[in-house]
Amino acid sequence: MARFSAFAVAKEAMLSNKGWKKQWENPEPKSSYDVIIVGAGGHGLATAYYLAKEHGITNVAVLEKGWLGGGNTGRNTTIIRSNYLYDESAGMYNHAINLWENLSQELNYNVMFSQRGVMMMAHNVHDCQVFQRHVHANRLNGVDNQWLTPEQAKEFCPPLSISKSARYPVMGAALQKRGGVARHDAVAWGYARKASEMGVHIIQQCEVKGINRDASGAVTGVETTRGTIGAKQVGVVAAGHTSVLMEMAGVQMPLESYPLQALVSEPVKPIFPCVVMSNTVHAYISQSDKGELVIGAGTDQYTSYSQTGGLHIATHTLEAICEMFPIFGRMKMLRSWGGIVDVTPDRSPIVAKTPVKGLYVNCGWGTGGFKATPGSGNVFAHTIAKDAPHKINEGLHLERFRTGRLVDEAAAAAVAH
Amino acid sequence: MLKIHCPYCETDLPETEFHGEGEAHIVRPENMADISDAEFEKFFFIRDNHKGIVFERWRHLHGCGRFFNAVRHSVSDKFIKTYKAGEKKPELSQEDIDAVLPPAKSTPANEPIYADAVEGEK
Repeated sequence: MARFSAFAVAKEAMLSNKGWKKQWENPEPKSSYDVIIVGAGGHGLATAYYLAKEHGITNVAVLEKGWLGGGNTGRNTTIIRSNYLYDESAGMYNHAINLWENLSQELNYNVMFSQRGVMMMAHNVHDCQVFQRHVHANRLNGVDNQWLTPEQAKEFCPPLSISKSARYPVMGAALQKRGGVARHDAVAWGYARKASEMGVHIIQQCEVKGINRDASGAVTGVETTRGTIGAKQVGVVAAGHTSVLMEMAGVQMPLESYPLQALVSEPVKPIFPCVVMSNTVHAYISQSDKGELVIGAGTDQYTSYSQTGGLHIATHTLEAICEMFPIFGRMKMLRSWGGIVDVTPDRSPIVAKTPVKGLYVNCGWGTGGFKATPGSGNVFAHTIAKDAPHKINEGLHLERFRTGRLVDEAAAAAVAH
Repeated sequence: MLKIHCPYCETDLPETEFHGEGEAHIVRPENMADISDAEFEKFFFIRDNHKGIVFERWRHLHGCGRFFNAVRHSVSDKFIKTYKAGEKKPELSQEDIDAVLPPAKSTPANEPIYADAVEGEK
Protein backbone atom coordinates (compact mmCIF):
# COMPACT_ATOMS: atom_id res chain seq x y z
CA MET A 1 0.00 0.00 0.00
CA ALA A 2 1.43 3.36 -1.06
CA ARG A 3 2.01 5.72 1.85
CA PHE A 4 0.19 9.02 1.92
CA SER A 5 2.56 11.96 2.11
CA ALA A 6 2.86 15.54 0.89
CA PHE A 7 5.17 14.21 -1.83
CA ALA A 8 2.61 11.59 -2.95
CA VAL A 9 -0.15 14.21 -3.10
CA ALA A 10 2.05 16.55 -5.15
CA LYS A 11 3.05 13.73 -7.49
CA GLU A 12 -0.55 12.63 -8.03
CA ALA A 13 -1.57 16.24 -8.64
CA MET A 14 0.88 16.26 -11.56
CA LEU A 15 -0.49 12.97 -12.89
CA SER A 16 -4.18 13.96 -12.74
CA ASN A 17 -4.66 11.78 -9.65
CA LYS A 18 -4.74 8.64 -11.76
CA GLY A 19 -2.23 6.72 -9.66
CA TRP A 20 -4.29 6.21 -6.48
CA LYS A 21 -4.97 2.55 -5.80
CA LYS A 22 -7.84 0.77 -4.08
CA GLN A 23 -7.43 1.34 -0.34
CA TRP A 24 -8.56 -2.07 0.86
CA GLU A 25 -9.21 -5.49 -0.66
CA ASN A 26 -12.68 -6.89 -1.26
CA PRO A 27 -11.97 -10.63 -0.89
CA GLU A 28 -14.24 -13.66 -1.17
CA PRO A 29 -14.71 -15.27 2.26
CA LYS A 30 -12.46 -18.26 3.03
CA SER A 31 -13.95 -21.38 4.61
CA SER A 32 -12.44 -20.55 8.00
CA TYR A 33 -10.46 -17.97 9.95
CA ASP A 34 -8.78 -17.81 13.36
CA VAL A 35 -11.04 -14.95 14.43
CA ILE A 36 -14.27 -13.55 13.02
CA ILE A 37 -15.39 -10.05 13.97
CA VAL A 38 -19.08 -9.39 13.30
CA GLY A 39 -19.58 -5.76 12.36
CA ALA A 40 -17.27 -3.55 10.30
CA GLY A 41 -17.87 -0.30 12.10
CA GLY A 42 -15.13 1.67 13.79
CA HIS A 43 -14.97 -0.61 16.83
CA GLY A 44 -14.93 -3.83 14.79
CA LEU A 45 -12.32 -2.59 12.31
CA ALA A 46 -10.18 -1.23 15.16
CA THR A 47 -10.39 -4.63 16.84
CA ALA A 48 -9.18 -6.35 13.67
CA TYR A 49 -6.39 -3.80 13.26
CA TYR A 50 -5.07 -4.25 16.81
CA LEU A 51 -5.41 -8.06 16.57
CA ALA A 52 -3.08 -7.92 13.58
CA LYS A 53 -0.76 -5.21 14.82
CA GLU A 54 -0.35 -5.97 18.52
CA HIS A 55 -1.08 -9.70 18.69
CA GLY A 56 0.11 -10.94 15.30
CA ILE A 57 -3.28 -12.50 14.51
CA THR A 58 -3.87 -11.71 10.85
CA ASN A 59 -6.09 -14.64 9.82
CA VAL A 60 -9.11 -12.50 10.67
CA ALA A 61 -12.38 -11.75 8.87
CA VAL A 62 -14.55 -8.75 9.60
CA LEU A 63 -18.09 -9.51 8.41
CA GLU A 64 -20.45 -6.67 7.61
CA LYS A 65 -24.06 -6.94 6.46
CA GLY A 66 -24.05 -3.52 4.80
CA TRP A 67 -20.93 -1.56 3.95
CA LEU A 68 -18.08 -0.72 6.29
CA GLY A 69 -18.65 2.31 8.48
CA GLY A 70 -22.28 2.52 7.30
CA GLY A 71 -23.90 2.07 10.70
CA ASN A 72 -23.41 4.25 13.74
CA THR A 73 -19.81 5.03 12.76
CA GLY A 74 -21.18 7.06 9.86
CA ARG A 75 -24.09 8.50 11.83
CA ASN A 76 -22.70 9.93 15.06
CA THR A 77 -21.80 13.52 15.94
CA THR A 78 -18.07 12.64 16.32
CA ILE A 79 -17.62 14.07 19.81
CA ILE A 80 -14.56 12.83 21.70
CA ARG A 81 -14.05 13.36 25.43
CA SER A 82 -13.07 11.32 28.47
CA ASN A 83 -14.43 13.23 31.47
CA TYR A 84 -16.49 10.36 32.88
CA LEU A 85 -16.97 9.89 36.60
CA TYR A 86 -16.01 6.32 37.42
CA ASP A 87 -12.55 4.75 37.34
CA GLU A 88 -13.54 2.09 34.77
CA SER A 89 -14.90 4.71 32.37
CA ALA A 90 -12.06 7.16 32.94
CA GLY A 91 -9.57 4.38 32.22
CA MET A 92 -11.30 3.33 29.02
CA TYR A 93 -12.02 6.75 27.53
CA ASN A 94 -8.65 8.21 28.47
CA HIS A 95 -6.94 5.20 26.90
CA ALA A 96 -8.93 6.07 23.76
CA ILE A 97 -7.86 9.74 23.82
CA ASN A 98 -4.23 8.71 24.20
CA LEU A 99 -4.61 6.59 21.07
CA TRP A 100 -6.59 9.28 19.21
CA GLU A 101 -3.73 11.75 19.66
CA ASN A 102 -1.40 9.67 17.51
CA LEU A 103 -3.93 7.88 15.33
CA SER A 104 -3.44 9.81 12.08
CA GLN A 105 0.33 9.16 12.19
CA GLU A 106 -0.12 5.53 13.20
CA LEU A 107 -2.62 4.76 10.43
CA ASN A 108 -0.98 7.09 7.91
CA TYR A 109 -4.51 8.32 7.33
CA ASN A 110 -5.79 11.74 8.35
CA VAL A 111 -8.62 11.15 10.80
CA MET A 112 -8.77 14.92 11.35
CA PHE A 113 -8.69 14.62 15.13
CA SER A 114 -9.17 18.17 16.37
CA GLN A 115 -8.77 18.85 20.09
CA ARG A 116 -10.88 21.96 20.08
CA GLY A 117 -12.28 21.42 23.57
CA VAL A 118 -15.59 20.02 24.81
CA MET A 119 -17.61 22.29 27.07
CA MET A 120 -20.49 20.88 29.13
CA MET A 121 -22.94 23.55 30.29
CA ALA A 122 -24.45 23.82 33.77
CA HIS A 123 -27.89 25.43 33.99
CA ASN A 124 -28.90 24.96 37.62
CA VAL A 125 -27.41 24.48 41.08
CA HIS A 126 -27.54 20.71 40.77
CA ASP A 127 -25.60 20.82 37.48
CA CYS A 128 -22.96 23.07 39.07
CA GLN A 129 -22.47 20.69 41.99
CA VAL A 130 -22.42 17.55 39.85
CA PHE A 131 -20.03 18.99 37.26
CA GLN A 132 -17.64 20.32 39.90
CA ARG A 133 -17.64 16.87 41.48
CA HIS A 134 -16.86 15.48 38.04
CA VAL A 135 -13.99 17.97 37.61
CA HIS A 136 -12.42 16.85 40.89
CA ALA A 137 -13.00 13.13 40.27
CA ASN A 138 -11.55 13.48 36.77
CA ARG A 139 -8.41 15.20 38.07
CA LEU A 140 -7.88 12.41 40.58
CA ASN A 141 -7.99 10.00 37.63
CA GLY A 142 -5.53 12.07 35.62
CA VAL A 143 -8.26 13.26 33.23
CA ASP A 144 -8.15 16.96 32.37
CA ASN A 145 -11.29 18.94 33.15
CA GLN A 146 -11.79 22.46 34.44
CA TRP A 147 -14.58 24.62 35.78
CA LEU A 148 -15.49 27.84 33.96
CA THR A 149 -17.66 30.77 34.99
CA PRO A 150 -20.34 31.88 32.48
CA GLU A 151 -18.06 34.75 31.37
CA GLN A 152 -15.15 32.37 30.78
CA ALA A 153 -17.48 30.03 28.89
CA LYS A 154 -18.60 32.92 26.68
CA GLU A 155 -14.98 33.83 26.02
CA PHE A 156 -14.23 30.24 25.00
CA CYS A 157 -17.33 30.03 22.79
CA PRO A 158 -18.43 33.52 21.62
CA PRO A 159 -21.77 32.46 20.02
CA LEU A 160 -22.98 31.34 23.46
CA SER A 161 -25.71 33.41 25.14
CA ILE A 162 -25.16 33.82 28.88
CA SER A 163 -28.22 36.03 29.27
CA LYS A 164 -29.63 35.89 32.80
CA SER A 165 -33.15 36.04 31.41
CA ALA A 166 -32.88 32.72 29.57
CA ARG A 167 -35.28 30.01 30.70
CA TYR A 168 -32.25 27.92 31.71
CA PRO A 169 -29.41 30.44 32.10
CA VAL A 170 -25.80 29.28 31.85
CA MET A 171 -24.41 29.11 35.39
CA GLY A 172 -21.03 27.64 34.54
CA ALA A 173 -19.37 24.98 32.45
CA ALA A 174 -16.94 22.09 32.66
CA LEU A 175 -14.32 22.23 29.92
CA GLN A 176 -12.17 19.34 28.75
CA LYS A 177 -9.54 20.88 26.49
CA ARG A 178 -8.20 17.54 25.28
CA GLY A 179 -11.64 16.67 23.92
CA GLY A 180 -12.80 17.48 20.42
CA VAL A 181 -13.98 15.87 17.22
CA ALA A 182 -12.63 13.59 14.46
CA ARG A 183 -13.72 12.69 10.93
CA HIS A 184 -15.86 9.61 11.57
CA ASP A 185 -15.67 8.05 8.09
CA ALA A 186 -11.90 8.49 7.99
CA VAL A 187 -11.61 6.50 11.21
CA ALA A 188 -13.37 3.51 9.64
CA TRP A 189 -11.46 3.91 6.36
CA GLY A 190 -8.10 4.34 8.08
CA TYR A 191 -8.52 1.22 10.21
CA ALA A 192 -9.90 -0.76 7.24
CA ARG A 193 -6.97 0.23 5.04
CA LYS A 194 -4.31 -0.73 7.59
CA ALA A 195 -6.06 -3.93 8.65
CA SER A 196 -6.48 -4.99 5.03
CA GLU A 197 -2.81 -4.22 4.40
CA MET A 198 -1.86 -6.63 7.20
CA GLY A 199 -3.99 -9.42 5.71
CA VAL A 200 -7.36 -8.99 7.44
CA HIS A 201 -10.33 -9.85 5.20
CA ILE A 202 -13.08 -7.24 5.27
CA ILE A 203 -16.17 -8.91 3.83
CA GLN A 204 -19.05 -6.57 3.13
CA GLN A 205 -22.66 -7.44 2.29
CA CYS A 206 -22.26 -10.60 4.32
CA GLU A 207 -24.93 -10.82 6.99
CA VAL A 208 -24.48 -13.24 9.88
CA LYS A 209 -27.60 -15.40 10.19
CA GLY A 210 -26.48 -17.85 12.87
CA ILE A 211 -23.67 -18.71 15.26
CA ASN A 212 -22.56 -22.36 15.12
CA ARG A 213 -21.47 -24.25 18.23
CA ASP A 214 -20.18 -27.79 18.85
CA ALA A 215 -21.48 -30.36 21.34
CA SER A 216 -19.51 -28.78 24.18
CA GLY A 217 -21.15 -25.44 23.41
CA ALA A 218 -18.00 -23.81 22.03
CA VAL A 219 -18.22 -21.56 18.98
CA THR A 220 -17.25 -23.19 15.65
CA GLY A 221 -18.16 -20.43 13.22
CA VAL A 222 -21.02 -18.49 11.71
CA GLU A 223 -23.75 -18.95 9.11
CA THR A 224 -23.89 -16.04 6.71
CA THR A 225 -25.68 -14.96 3.56
CA ARG A 226 -22.45 -15.94 1.79
CA GLY A 227 -22.17 -19.40 3.30
CA THR A 228 -20.76 -21.04 6.42
CA ILE A 229 -17.51 -19.61 7.74
CA GLY A 230 -15.58 -21.40 10.48
CA ALA A 231 -13.75 -19.79 13.40
CA LYS A 232 -12.82 -20.76 16.94
CA GLN A 233 -13.27 -17.20 18.16
CA VAL A 234 -16.08 -14.83 17.23
CA GLY A 235 -16.28 -11.24 18.44
CA VAL A 236 -19.66 -9.54 18.17
CA VAL A 237 -19.31 -5.77 17.65
CA ALA A 238 -22.74 -5.01 16.25
CA ALA A 239 -24.02 -2.01 18.26
CA GLY A 240 -27.82 -1.85 17.98
CA HIS A 241 -28.11 -5.42 16.67
CA THR A 242 -26.09 -7.06 19.45
CA SER A 243 -29.16 -8.59 21.11
CA VAL A 244 -30.21 -10.15 17.80
CA LEU A 245 -26.78 -11.70 17.20
CA MET A 246 -26.19 -12.89 20.76
CA GLU A 247 -29.56 -14.61 20.76
CA MET A 248 -28.23 -16.78 17.92
CA ALA A 249 -25.77 -18.19 20.47
CA GLY A 250 -28.41 -18.42 23.18
CA VAL A 251 -27.08 -15.49 25.20
CA GLN A 252 -29.67 -13.01 26.44
CA MET A 253 -28.33 -9.50 26.86
CA PRO A 254 -29.11 -6.66 29.29
CA LEU A 255 -29.59 -4.33 26.33
CA GLU A 256 -32.28 -2.22 24.76
CA SER A 257 -31.96 -0.70 21.28
CA TYR A 258 -33.21 2.82 20.65
CA PRO A 259 -33.13 5.18 17.67
CA LEU A 260 -30.82 8.14 18.19
CA GLN A 261 -30.97 11.10 15.84
CA ALA A 262 -28.58 13.70 14.55
CA LEU A 263 -28.90 16.53 12.08
CA VAL A 264 -26.73 19.00 10.21
CA SER A 265 -27.36 22.55 9.04
CA GLU A 266 -26.43 24.20 5.81
CA PRO A 267 -22.67 24.83 5.69
CA VAL A 268 -21.49 28.25 6.84
CA LYS A 269 -18.11 29.89 7.40
CA PRO A 270 -16.23 29.05 10.63
CA ILE A 271 -18.28 30.35 13.54
CA PHE A 272 -18.24 27.69 16.21
CA PRO A 273 -14.82 27.04 17.78
CA CYS A 274 -15.50 24.10 20.10
CA VAL A 275 -18.00 21.42 21.08
CA VAL A 276 -20.82 22.42 23.42
CA MET A 277 -22.99 19.91 25.24
CA SER A 278 -25.86 20.55 27.56
CA ASN A 279 -27.49 17.57 29.22
CA THR A 280 -30.07 19.68 31.00
CA VAL A 281 -31.65 21.39 28.01
CA HIS A 282 -30.39 18.65 25.69
CA ALA A 283 -28.21 20.32 23.09
CA TYR A 284 -25.09 18.92 21.45
CA ILE A 285 -23.43 21.06 18.82
CA SER A 286 -20.18 21.52 16.97
CA GLN A 287 -19.17 22.65 13.48
CA SER A 288 -17.69 20.27 10.94
CA ASP A 289 -14.73 21.26 8.79
CA LYS A 290 -17.20 21.37 5.90
CA GLY A 291 -19.00 24.15 7.75
CA GLU A 292 -22.19 22.38 8.80
CA LEU A 293 -23.40 22.67 12.35
CA VAL A 294 -23.52 19.09 13.61
CA ILE A 295 -26.31 18.65 16.14
CA GLY A 296 -27.08 15.63 18.26
CA ALA A 297 -30.68 14.97 19.34
CA GLY A 298 -31.99 12.48 21.86
CA THR A 299 -33.22 8.91 21.76
CA ASP A 300 -36.84 7.97 21.22
CA GLN A 301 -38.65 6.55 24.22
CA TYR A 302 -39.40 3.15 22.68
CA THR A 303 -37.10 0.38 21.46
CA SER A 304 -36.81 0.25 17.71
CA TYR A 305 -34.59 -0.91 14.86
CA SER A 306 -36.09 1.52 12.38
CA GLN A 307 -33.06 3.85 12.01
CA THR A 308 -35.42 6.80 12.12
CA GLY A 309 -36.75 8.84 15.00
CA GLY A 310 -39.62 11.14 15.87
CA LEU A 311 -39.52 14.71 14.61
CA HIS A 312 -40.44 16.06 18.05
CA ILE A 313 -37.15 14.70 19.43
CA ALA A 314 -35.10 16.74 16.96
CA THR A 315 -37.35 19.78 17.46
CA HIS A 316 -36.74 19.67 21.20
CA THR A 317 -32.99 19.85 20.63
CA LEU A 318 -33.29 22.70 18.13
CA GLU A 319 -35.33 24.71 20.63
CA ALA A 320 -32.51 24.36 23.15
CA ILE A 321 -29.89 25.28 20.53
CA CYS A 322 -31.83 28.41 19.56
CA GLU A 323 -32.04 29.54 23.16
CA MET A 324 -28.36 28.94 23.94
CA PHE A 325 -27.19 30.31 20.58
CA PRO A 326 -29.72 32.91 19.36
CA ILE A 327 -27.35 33.61 16.44
CA PHE A 328 -28.42 30.25 14.93
CA GLY A 329 -32.13 31.07 15.09
CA ARG A 330 -32.46 31.36 11.31
CA MET A 331 -30.11 28.57 10.24
CA LYS A 332 -31.63 26.00 7.91
CA MET A 333 -31.27 22.33 8.72
CA LEU A 334 -30.19 20.24 5.73
CA ARG A 335 -30.45 16.61 6.76
CA SER A 336 -31.42 14.47 9.71
CA TRP A 337 -31.00 10.75 10.25
CA GLY A 338 -31.11 8.06 12.89
CA GLY A 339 -28.98 5.18 14.09
CA ILE A 340 -29.78 2.35 16.47
CA VAL A 341 -27.91 2.47 19.78
CA ASP A 342 -27.69 -0.37 22.29
CA VAL A 343 -28.12 0.87 25.82
CA THR A 344 -27.15 -0.99 29.01
CA PRO A 345 -28.93 -0.49 32.33
CA ASP A 346 -25.91 1.34 33.82
CA ARG A 347 -25.01 3.18 30.58
CA SER A 348 -21.53 1.66 30.59
CA PRO A 349 -20.28 -0.62 27.83
CA ILE A 350 -19.73 -4.37 27.94
CA VAL A 351 -16.34 -5.40 26.53
CA ALA A 352 -15.94 -8.96 27.65
CA LYS A 353 -15.94 -12.70 27.34
CA THR A 354 -19.35 -14.37 27.39
CA PRO A 355 -20.64 -17.61 28.96
CA VAL A 356 -20.15 -19.25 25.52
CA LYS A 357 -16.59 -20.46 24.88
CA GLY A 358 -15.00 -18.58 22.00
CA LEU A 359 -17.68 -15.88 21.90
CA TYR A 360 -16.78 -12.32 22.86
CA VAL A 361 -18.90 -9.20 22.90
CA ASN A 362 -18.19 -5.49 22.61
CA CYS A 363 -21.45 -3.58 22.99
CA GLY A 364 -23.55 -1.28 25.11
CA TRP A 365 -21.79 1.91 24.07
CA GLY A 366 -25.21 3.53 23.99
CA THR A 367 -25.25 7.06 22.67
CA GLY A 368 -21.53 7.72 22.97
CA GLY A 369 -19.38 4.99 21.49
CA PHE A 370 -17.52 6.87 18.78
CA LYS A 371 -15.16 8.57 21.22
CA ALA A 372 -13.96 5.19 22.47
CA THR A 373 -13.28 3.63 19.06
CA PRO A 374 -9.47 3.18 19.31
CA GLY A 375 -9.50 2.26 23.01
CA SER A 376 -12.39 -0.14 22.63
CA GLY A 377 -10.81 -1.94 19.67
CA ASN A 378 -7.46 -2.05 21.42
CA VAL A 379 -8.65 -3.74 24.63
CA PHE A 380 -11.19 -5.95 22.83
CA ALA A 381 -8.39 -7.29 20.60
CA HIS A 382 -6.45 -8.06 23.79
CA THR A 383 -9.50 -9.79 25.29
CA ILE A 384 -9.85 -12.04 22.22
CA ALA A 385 -6.12 -12.72 21.74
CA LYS A 386 -5.44 -13.58 25.41
CA ASP A 387 -8.91 -14.97 26.18
CA ALA A 388 -8.83 -12.62 29.16
CA PRO A 389 -9.72 -8.96 29.60
CA HIS A 390 -7.16 -6.17 29.50
CA LYS A 391 -6.69 -4.30 32.78
CA ILE A 392 -8.67 -1.40 31.29
CA ASN A 393 -11.84 -3.39 30.50
CA GLU A 394 -11.81 -5.90 33.34
CA GLY A 395 -14.58 -3.99 35.14
CA LEU A 396 -16.76 -3.82 32.00
CA HIS A 397 -17.86 -7.46 32.11
CA LEU A 398 -21.27 -9.11 31.69
CA GLU A 399 -21.38 -10.53 35.22
CA ARG A 400 -21.81 -7.10 36.78
CA PHE A 401 -25.54 -7.30 36.15
CA ARG A 402 -25.59 -10.44 38.29
CA THR A 403 -23.24 -9.35 41.06
CA GLY A 404 -24.54 -5.78 41.21
CA ARG A 405 -21.06 -4.29 40.69
CA LEU A 406 -22.38 -1.75 38.17
CA VAL A 407 -20.40 1.07 36.59
CA ASP A 408 -23.31 3.41 37.02
CA GLU A 409 -22.62 6.29 34.67
CA ALA A 410 -26.41 6.48 34.21
CA ALA A 411 -26.84 7.75 37.74
CA ALA A 412 -23.65 9.81 37.47
CA ALA A 413 -24.75 11.79 34.44
CA ALA A 414 -28.52 11.53 34.93
CA VAL A 415 -28.95 11.30 31.16
CA ALA A 416 -27.83 9.09 28.34
CA HIS A 417 -24.47 10.26 27.13
CA MET B 1 -44.03 10.58 16.01
CA LEU B 2 -46.21 7.58 16.75
CA LYS B 3 -49.97 7.69 17.05
CA ILE B 4 -51.02 5.56 19.98
CA HIS B 5 -54.43 4.17 20.88
CA CYS B 6 -55.15 4.47 24.61
CA PRO B 7 -57.36 1.48 25.50
CA TYR B 8 -58.90 3.39 28.42
CA CYS B 9 -59.63 6.68 26.63
CA GLU B 10 -60.43 4.71 23.44
CA THR B 11 -58.81 7.38 21.30
CA ASP B 12 -55.81 7.64 18.98
CA LEU B 13 -53.49 10.26 20.42
CA PRO B 14 -50.02 11.65 19.63
CA GLU B 15 -47.02 9.96 21.20
CA THR B 16 -46.08 13.08 23.19
CA GLU B 17 -49.04 12.37 25.51
CA PHE B 18 -47.50 9.01 26.43
CA HIS B 19 -44.46 7.69 28.20
CA GLY B 20 -42.76 4.47 27.11
CA GLU B 21 -42.23 2.10 30.03
CA GLY B 22 -40.23 -0.71 28.46
CA GLU B 23 -40.86 -4.41 27.94
CA ALA B 24 -44.24 -5.78 29.07
CA HIS B 25 -45.21 -9.02 30.81
CA ILE B 26 -42.17 -9.14 33.07
CA VAL B 27 -43.58 -10.61 36.26
CA ARG B 28 -42.07 -9.38 39.50
CA PRO B 29 -41.13 -12.41 41.65
CA GLU B 30 -43.23 -12.64 44.79
CA ASN B 31 -40.37 -14.12 46.81
CA MET B 32 -37.88 -11.39 45.95
CA ALA B 33 -35.70 -12.01 49.01
CA ASP B 34 -35.26 -15.70 48.19
CA ILE B 35 -34.45 -15.66 44.49
CA SER B 36 -30.91 -16.17 43.21
CA ASP B 37 -28.74 -13.43 41.74
CA ALA B 38 -29.22 -15.02 38.32
CA GLU B 39 -33.01 -14.90 38.66
CA PHE B 40 -32.84 -11.29 39.81
CA GLU B 41 -30.62 -10.41 36.87
CA LYS B 42 -33.14 -11.95 34.48
CA PHE B 43 -36.03 -10.08 36.05
CA PHE B 44 -34.30 -6.74 36.43
CA PHE B 45 -31.76 -6.36 33.63
CA ILE B 46 -32.19 -8.93 30.85
CA ARG B 47 -34.47 -7.78 28.01
CA ASP B 48 -35.71 -9.53 24.85
CA ASN B 49 -35.00 -6.45 22.72
CA HIS B 50 -36.52 -8.27 19.73
CA LYS B 51 -36.15 -7.11 16.19
CA GLY B 52 -39.71 -7.82 15.13
CA ILE B 53 -42.85 -8.15 17.27
CA VAL B 54 -42.43 -6.57 20.71
CA PHE B 55 -44.74 -6.39 23.71
CA GLU B 56 -44.28 -3.18 25.65
CA ARG B 57 -45.80 -1.03 28.37
CA TRP B 58 -46.93 2.54 27.87
CA ARG B 59 -48.40 5.06 30.24
CA HIS B 60 -50.89 7.70 29.14
CA LEU B 61 -48.97 10.21 31.22
CA HIS B 62 -50.56 13.45 30.00
CA GLY B 63 -54.04 11.97 29.81
CA CYS B 64 -55.74 9.38 31.96
CA GLY B 65 -52.43 8.52 33.61
CA ARG B 66 -52.97 4.78 33.32
CA PHE B 67 -50.59 2.02 32.28
CA PHE B 68 -51.43 -0.27 29.37
CA ASN B 69 -49.71 -2.72 27.04
CA ALA B 70 -49.07 -2.66 23.32
CA VAL B 71 -47.88 -4.97 20.54
CA ARG B 72 -45.69 -3.27 17.96
CA HIS B 73 -43.26 -4.20 15.21
CA SER B 74 -39.85 -2.78 16.12
CA VAL B 75 -38.74 -2.20 12.53
CA SER B 76 -41.88 -0.65 11.01
CA ASP B 77 -42.86 0.85 14.42
CA LYS B 78 -46.51 0.02 13.55
CA PHE B 79 -48.82 -1.09 16.34
CA ILE B 80 -50.87 -4.28 16.06
CA LYS B 81 -52.97 -3.37 19.07
CA THR B 82 -52.99 -1.93 22.57
CA TYR B 83 -54.75 -3.54 25.52
CA LYS B 84 -55.43 -2.83 29.16
CA ALA B 85 -52.99 -3.67 31.92
CA GLY B 86 -53.69 -7.07 33.47
CA GLU B 87 -55.06 -8.55 30.25
CA LYS B 88 -53.34 -11.64 28.90
CA LYS B 89 -50.70 -11.44 26.19
CA PRO B 90 -52.83 -11.55 23.03
CA GLU B 91 -52.53 -14.36 20.49
CA LEU B 92 -51.48 -12.91 17.14
CA SER B 93 -52.67 -14.19 13.79
CA GLN B 94 -50.43 -14.21 10.74
CA GLU B 95 -52.67 -11.50 9.28
CA ASP B 96 -52.00 -9.26 12.28
CA ILE B 97 -48.28 -9.66 11.80
CA ASP B 98 -48.36 -9.28 8.00
CA ALA B 99 -50.19 -5.98 8.40
CA VAL B 100 -47.32 -4.38 10.31
CA LEU B 101 -44.30 -5.83 8.51
CA PRO B 102 -41.91 -3.27 7.03
CA PRO B 103 -42.04 -3.13 3.21
CA ALA B 104 -40.19 -6.15 1.83
CA LYS B 105 -38.11 -4.19 -0.60
CA SER B 106 -37.33 -1.28 1.67
CA THR B 107 -33.63 -0.50 1.78
CA PRO B 108 -32.80 1.03 5.15
CA ALA B 109 -29.29 2.34 4.96
CA ASN B 110 -27.73 -0.47 6.93
CA GLU B 111 -29.29 -3.29 4.94
CA PRO B 112 -27.63 -4.73 1.83
CA ILE B 113 -28.58 -2.68 -1.19
CA TYR B 114 -26.80 -4.43 -4.01
CA ALA B 115 -28.67 -6.98 -6.09
CA ASP B 116 -26.22 -9.82 -5.42
CA ALA B 117 -26.43 -9.36 -1.68
CA VAL B 118 -30.22 -9.29 -1.72
CA GLU B 119 -30.30 -12.45 -3.81
CA GLY B 120 -27.93 -14.13 -1.39
CA GLU B 121 -30.50 -13.62 1.33
CA LYS B 122 -33.12 -15.83 -0.31
